[in-house]
This record gives sequence, structure tokens and C-alpha cells, in this order.
Amino acid sequence: MQKKYTGKSAIRVDAYDKATGRAKYVEDMLPDGALIMKIAHSKITHGYVKSIDTSAAEAVPGVVKVLTCFDVPDITFPTSGHPWSTDPHHQDVADRKLLNQHVRYYGDDIAIVIAENSVAATQAVRLIKAEYEELPFVLDPQEAMKDGAPQIHEEYPNNILAHTSSSIGNYAEAIKEPGLIKIEGWYRTPTVQHCHIENHGVYAYEENGRVVVVSSTQIPHIVRRICGQATGLPWGNIRVIKPYIGGGFGNKQDALYEPLVTWATTQVGGRLVHFECEREETFVSNRVRHSITTHLISWVREDGTLVARKGEQFANSGSYASHGHSIVAKGAGSIPQLYPVPNYEGDAYSIYTNRPTAGAMRGYGMPQTTFAVESHTDDICKQLNLDPIEYRRRTLMPQGYVDNFSKNEQYFDSFNQCLDEAIKVMDYDRKYEEYKNQTGPIRKGIGVSVFWYNTAVWPISLESCSVRMIVNQDGSIQYQTGETEIGQGCDTAYSQMVADAVGVPLKDVHVVSCQDTDVTPYGTGAYASRQTYIGSLGIAKCATELRKKILQIAHDQTRMPIEILDLVDGKIIRTTDGRVLETLGDLAMESLYSLEDSHHITAETTCQIKSNAYSFGCCIAEVEVDIPLCKAKLTKIVNVHDCGSLINPQLAEAQVHGGMSMGIGYGLSEQLLFDEKTGKPLNNNLLDYKLSTFMDHPELEVRFIENAEPTNPFGTKALGEPPACPVASAIRNAIRNATDVSINVCPINPHVLYKEFTEAGLIVD
Amino acid sequence: MYDINVLYQAKTVQEAVELHLAHPEADIIAGGTDVLVQMREGKRAGKSLLSIQGIDEIRGVKMEEDGTIRIGSLTTFSHITNDPIIQKYINVLGEAVDMVGGPQIRNAGTIGGNTCNGAVSADSTATLHAWEAIVELTGPDGIRRLPINEFYIKPGVVDLRPGEIQTGILIPKESYENTYGHYIKYAMREALDIATLGTSVNVRLSADKKTVERVRIAFGVAGPTPLRAYTAEAIGNGKPLSMELIEEVAKNVVPDLRCRDSWRASKAFRTHMAVECTKRAFIESVKLCGGEL
Repeated sequence: MQKKYTGKSAIRVDAYDKATGRAKYVEDMLPDGALIMKIAHSKITHGYVKSIDTSAAEAVPGVVKVLTCFDVPDITFPTSGHPWSTDPHHQDVADRKLLNQHVRYYGDDIAIVIAENSVAATQAVRLIKAEYEELPFVLDPQEAMKDGAPQIHEEYPNNILAHTSSSIGNYAEAIKEPGLIKIEGWYRTPTVQHCHIENHGVYAYEENGRVVVVSSTQIPHIVRRICGQATGLPWGNIRVIKPYIGGGFGNKQDALYEPLVTWATTQVGGRLVHFECEREETFVSNRVRHSITTHLISWVREDGTLVARKGEQFANSGSYASHGHSIVAKGAGSIPQLYPVPNYEGDAYSIYTNRPTAGAMRGYGMPQTTFAVESHTDDICKQLNLDPIEYRRRTLMPQGYVDNFSKNEQYFDSFNQCLDEAIKVMDYDRKYEEYKNQTGPIRKGIGVSVFWYNTAVWPISLESCSVRMIVNQDGSIQYQTGETEIGQGCDTAYSQMVADAVGVPLKDVHVVSCQDTDVTPYGTGAYASRQTYIGSLGIAKCATELRKKILQIAHDQTRMPIEILDLVDGKIIRTTDGRVLETLGDLAMESLYSLEDSHHITAETTCQIKSNAYSFGCCIAEVEVDIPLCKAKLTKIVNVHDCGSLINPQLAEAQVHGGMSMGIGYGLSEQLLFDEKTGKPLNNNLLDYKLSTFMDHPELEVRFIENAEPTNPFGTKALGEPPACPVASAIRNAIRNATDVSINVCPINPHVLYKEFTEAGLIVD
Repeated sequence: MYDINVLYQAKTVQEAVELHLAHPEADIIAGGTDVLVQMREGKRAGKSLLSIQGIDEIRGVKMEEDGTIRIGSLTTFSHITNDPIIQKYINVLGEAVDMVGGPQIRNAGTIGGNTCNGAVSADSTATLHAWEAIVELTGPDGIRRLPINEFYIKPGVVDLRPGEIQTGILIPKESYENTYGHYIKYAMREALDIATLGTSVNVRLSADKKTVERVRIAFGVAGPTPLRAYTAEAIGNGKPLSMELIEEVAKNVVPDLRCRDSWRASKAFRTHMAVECTKRAFIESVKLCGGEL
């Protein structure tokens, strides 16, 4: 394979269209005359809708139709963007209807208005009168597990959506070893939202007896299946189109409102119905990150040797299952792998509560677990007076480690390499010494956190990738796949990989960015940091087949033996002397229009991938803590990643910047709040929800360790989600280094610091 | 699309007063950075609006003959920040309104709107209170002037009578002469935020810079309306300048605070920050005066 274009910072294939505003998103594609849909949300947190009076809403001029939870098909359906399982035991939980009579959170969907314009639709929604039978509600997962707690879904006693246990060795016996030191902590992470720039929007209309759905989604093929399941329509009668989208971060790895809008158009004679979430709805009625409480107990010898560990996790799943147990399970599974321990007991719970539904979000359980484990690791170091870096070096997953379940292997000395680089960038050793024993109101600190991340989902779930390549008369290539561009840059990485795998110039690769389930080969879409790894395997397989066809035609046209022909940068080469026999354009033109033997040169393949790869790295953060003002200012930060060989260094760096920004908000400012008395969300807007801004960031430093991943032809592995994983814990450990105060909750905002500093005696009012 | 019933547009103050009397149900809109947001949220949905955006006579900053600084009510935040008169005599006001929202908001939002919506969190308000600004209102009976602390009645409510339009904010010479101040916006992030607490302090030192002739302290978000810390001011006025004095003054802001617990911040938190921010703003003001500590 040529390596001319991968590994270099090619310009994004969509850069010009996005910068000039030509790129089309869902709303840009709306034709005139679209009907506007708005949703009426429940004004109670838990209970039953007894009746809905729609008369006043229907009387608003411009209103076409009002439909309620009493009108929808009696079908419960799953929403998770997992590949479907034909084994009923592994299918996602089907626990909601299109509109719900049993409302389970403040903001649940109870009715819709379809109108000729948004003002009429909004006015009508305000005039919908619902009568409720209110029930008690519960917001906290550990409260929800108690006997007698409000029951949210009948089929799940004590609101336990799922509980899994794991064990290694014999924990109960191991902790009897004399002289062991017990270190215990409870670590809590908040409910946060993805805050992608484009709110979820979707429109649908009927055409020739089928429904066409145009949606801002990460997973068009999966959404088609769910629209079918939710409405009862045959799956083949639904066509989903995904144009450019303004980010997703996992929120759009669920069917959000596509099923409801699919049904809505069928209720108005197939007229085009458009719905776009308001930001307030995005916060509450889409998906959020699971708030997870982690309880860790470690039994260590005086030198820090980890003898036994116990980990319990309680995930707040909110009102509907969405991705179910997979998120906390991913985090829980990492605990005994990141720091291998001979005796381990683990329990993970996913619990229904009357909060917004938690689903996938960048990192998928790992930011929560990393915050707990890496805070706890520093707690061990503090208690035993061990150096946090040295302790990690001798305790972390070593080179050669193999996970029995996934067969993933740590092929390199990645952790040490990443730590070495981060230490150098941050001047860590000098600062760590300098910041010891500070006094005064303003103190500096530096802290470290590592992370571990599995690429893709094998062997938990299906991994396959379908690719189509079509050669044009000029030798250029259309490349089509079901894997989606959601802003992260995969179209660009794919074009580079296609150019190298087929052997054509980069400018001759045309990525078809838009997915259309009628014409795009099947692919599951953007999630699990999988697409570069999985997509590259799909590309390699399809390119092999395409090259075989091209070289066969080259043989037919030039009469040279296939064994001495090659396709390099768009030219057919005789390898023995390097002579250019013809260009791919000449070949394709002759082939297509041949009166003797016409071929339209195409290849389409599906590959199943039964391998996976560990991705690693670390973050070091430096803070300046103003104790009286209760502010921790991040002054310098670096993320170092071993994500294998880089396909596009500039895009890789941008990917890490975004993840670090998300991690900074997670560590210092972001959380969705609810009124304990009413269950109502308090800050579901971008003013009161403290998403961090550029002004809150220092320069974001990024470095890479490029150990080529042996299981992948391009040497690549996960980078999409990992950058968000280690940041909050590094900041937490830096604040501890500065102040000696251990804070086991994030975000570490001024309110938390005020409480903690007061308790520690650093603030005396 | 905005749910606006009828939009009236005034070109002069006189016309605005007449339209306001004729259509009392219409809300006045200037920059629109609050009114349109509230309309989208539903709070003002379906209302009629009276736009005063076209009244150029109440836009801009002027020095009047008696030395009074007149800020037209339609003057935008970014205009105030960049205005040479403001920069020379009351730079802290320009700094304070430069902390509102983001650049787009500061180019559209006006100081009249910022005060007329009666929000305690408005970034201009603590400073206008600390500098004893005069609010000028023009109505059917002519012009009415009142101290800004009397203008604020309760959260979201100001003293605007039927037909009245706020036309200017005035800072008398006695207020700004030889006086320097500092504003601290305490917020949860560095941009695009609302103040958890706004603290504005200004100081006039004696000619030898050894004595605090006058200190004025005001807060936003420390009670239902913006408020002054008169108790603390009285302790500082006329005393020899020292760090101990500043700390003593800062501690004594507490009796005048009317903070309460809310989900945005606890009473204890705001009280603690009021003391700390007073101290820091006082020190900064002294430095601007050329005083030494």
C-alpha cells in the first residue's frame, strides 16, 4: 500500500463548504410550506395523564392537527443506537411510546401540535390543558433502589434496570492478610449534557407510500430500524437521510424525535412535518450523561502494592433505558484492567429515576469511572506518601497485558511513554517539588490522571463496515459508507485512506458525505470511537477488491501479466521497469465505453471485524487556586495520547482540543440541576448551565505517541472519546496538590470549593 | 419567528411618550437583548412592542455645562466602554458594562434597558449605585429626575409612570471628581455569564493620599434590589488609609446585605464573597487613586 496521504494534515474535505455556509444541514433543506411541529411536555415529574383538553389549541389559526398520548400506537420501543441483536436477551429495553400517558420526568412528551408556522404551534402548545394524577418521584438512584420507592417502570422492581457483578481471585480471603491498609472513597459525577452546537432536528414526509426522514443523527441506518419498530411501519418503507450535522457527542446516537415525526407525517396525509428541539428541550428531553456514584475500597500493603479492590457503581439512568446498562458496564469493566489486581469484586447498577433519560455521551462511562479511579489512586498516594507518577508507573496495566474477554493487548509501553512526554511538556517534576507546603491565599498545584479506552464495541456487539467504491471515467473515485461524518473529520480521514489503499491521488477521491439508507451501504454509524479503526478495515477490504478489478482490466488492455502491474497514484505501472502504461482515467474511460467488453468499475464489500484495540494516554493539569474567592483557575494543561499512527495530525489535534474542553467543563463548571421539591430542571439553558468558554481555557497542549496498532492496516485506534476522559481527575488532583483538600465530587465549582475550604478550615467567616 | 402582536416605532421622545400613553399595553423595546429573549421564552409572547431604537437624541455620551456626564439611555455597552468621556472620568463603568454577555450583546444592549428591566444582576447597576447616578425620565408632564436607588422598587420593577421613557443617566461632577473605582463581577465563568455578585467600590483620597475622604460601596445580587453598604462606608469615610481600615470596612458590609439562599448561590457564599470582593475592589480603587498600602 502507498503511504502518500495518510499521516499528513490534509485540509478537511468539507472545509470550504462549511466555512462559506454552503454546507446543508437539516434546517437548510426545508422546502417552503413545511408544517411545524411543537411538543407539549409534562408539567409534573411523575404520574399519569388523565385527560388532555385540546380544544383551545385546535382553535388557534394555523393549527393543522393536535395529537396526544391517547392517540399514538400502543407500541413500546427501544431508542438506543446500538446495532440490533436478533437474540431477544441482548435487545435494548423497549420502555417508551411515541407520547406517554405514564409520564416519568418533568418534560416527558405528552402531545404534539402541527401547524402552518412556529408561532401558531407554540401558542397552541401553551393552550393544551392536561390533567394529571400525580405520583411521588425519586431523583437519586440509591434512594430509588430502596423498598417502597416510587415505581417508575412496572417490570423493574426497586427501579433496578440492570445489575452486574464481576470477580477476580478471592476478595474476602485476600483482605485478611495482616497489615493491609484500607483506603475507601465515594466519588460522584454530575449529570451533564452534550451541548452540540446544532440542536436535534428532523423532518419527514410521505412519497410513493413510503416515509422519507431527514434527520440530524449519527446513526441513519439504526434510526431507520427504530422508526419502523416505533410506528409499526415495515422497515423498508422508511428512508432515512442524514445531511451534515452540527455535532452529536452521543446524544444523536439514539433515536430522538425521528420516530415521532415519522408517525406525525402519516397523521397529516404525508405532508412534510418539521420539528427542531429548542435548547431547553435538548437539555431535558434528549439524553444526558449518566451521573455515576462510585464506591472504591482498596487494600494495599505499605509500599502501595494493590492486594484487593472492590468497586461499586450506581448509575442514574433517568426515566427511560436508552443505552441501558452498557455505559456503567463499560466503566466498571475498566477498573480491574487499568490497575490489574489479583482479587477484585465489582458491582454495577443502572437505576431508573425520574430524571431526564441518560444515554451515550463522549466517553461512555469512562469519564465518570476515570474521575473515581484516578482520584482514588491519588488518595492512595497521599495516604501512603507515595509519588503519584512513580506509583502509577509500577501499578498500571503493564506492557504485554492481555484482557481475557476482548483479547485486547497492551503491545507497547504506552503509559510510561505518555507520562514521560506529559512530564516534559509541563515541567512536572520541578513544579511538583515547588508546590509542596505552600501557604497564603493563592496556591498553585499540578496533578496527573491516566486513562484507558477500548476502541469500538467488539466483542460486546456487532462490528461490521460496508463500503462502496465507484470509478468515474476520469479515474476519480466516489467513496460511500454508512459510517457518518458528524463534525469530527472522518470524511477527510477516509479520503486519505482511500487514496492510499486504492493508489490514487487524494484529489481524485470524492467522499459522499450524506448517508441515505436507500443508497448508502449499511453501517452502524458514529459512536464508540470506532469509525477510523473500523472504517479503515472496510476501506482496506474494498480497495483490495477494486484494485483486483482494475488490474484485471489493465491486463486486458495492456496484455501485461497482472503480477507485474500496480496502481500507484492514479497510474498503471509496470513494476519491472516503472514505466507508466496508462492512467486510471484512460483505463476507466476505455473500459466504460468499450464496444467489446464494457465495465463500470465498482466494488462493494462488507467486512466483519473481530478485533479491537486499547487506546491510552494521560493528562497533566496545573491550577492556581484563589482560596478566598473559591476559584480554581486552570493555567496549563496537556493531553498525551497513544491512538496509534495518526491519519491526519491536525484533525487529531482538533479532536483532542474538543475533548479537553469538554473535560474542563466536566471538572470545573458543568452540571444540570433539578429542584429537589418538584423535580423540575433549574438550569436547562446555556446561561445557567455553565458550559466552559474559551476564556476559561488556557492554551490546550496536545502530544501524541504513535505506536502503530498491530491489528489495523493503518495502525490506527480510538481518539474520538478518549480526550474527555482524564481531564476532570487531573484537575481534581492538581487542586489537591495546591490545597491539600481532597474533593470527591465534580464539577469542582466555587460552591463546592467554598464548602470544602470551609470544612478544611481554609476559610473562616 | 417572534410572537409579536403589534410593533410601534417612535422617532422622537415626544412621539414615544404619546405612543406609550396611547398603547399602555405595549412593552418598550430598545436593543432587544432582554425583551426578545423573554418573548421567545413565552414571558412576553403575544405582546405589542414600542420600539424606541430610532430616537437618536437619546444616544451617546455628553459632558454638560455644569460638568454633569449625560449618558443617553440608548447608548450601547460597547459605546460606553469606548467613549473618551467615560474613559477619562468614570472608566469603571466602561469596564463593568464590558463584562455583559458577549460582544454581540454589548453591541446591541443599552444602558437604559439594563436599568429599566430592574434586574439586580445587571452589570451596570452596582457601579451606577456606587456613583449615585441620577435617572432622567421624560413623560407627559415633562422631565423627572431621581436618584438611581429610588428608581429600583423591587425585582424587575422600576419607577416608570404611564407614558414615561427613560431618556438619560446622569453622573454629577461632585460624584466623579477625583474619584476612582473598581468593579468585580463574580461569576461562574469568564465570559457569557450573569453575575453571582456584583461589587463596585470607589474612593476619593485626600490630596496627600493618606486619608480616605469618601468611599462608596454598592452591590448587585446581594438583595432584591441593588444596594449600598452605608454602614461600611461610614466606617471608612475620613479615616487614615491603611490595610486594616480596608479590612474593617469590608467586614462591615455584612449588616447592609440582604442575600438569601437560592439554587444559584447560598446566602453564606454570597456574604463571604461580598466581604472578599469589597476588600479587593477597595484596594484596586486606592491604587487607581495613587494611594499606597
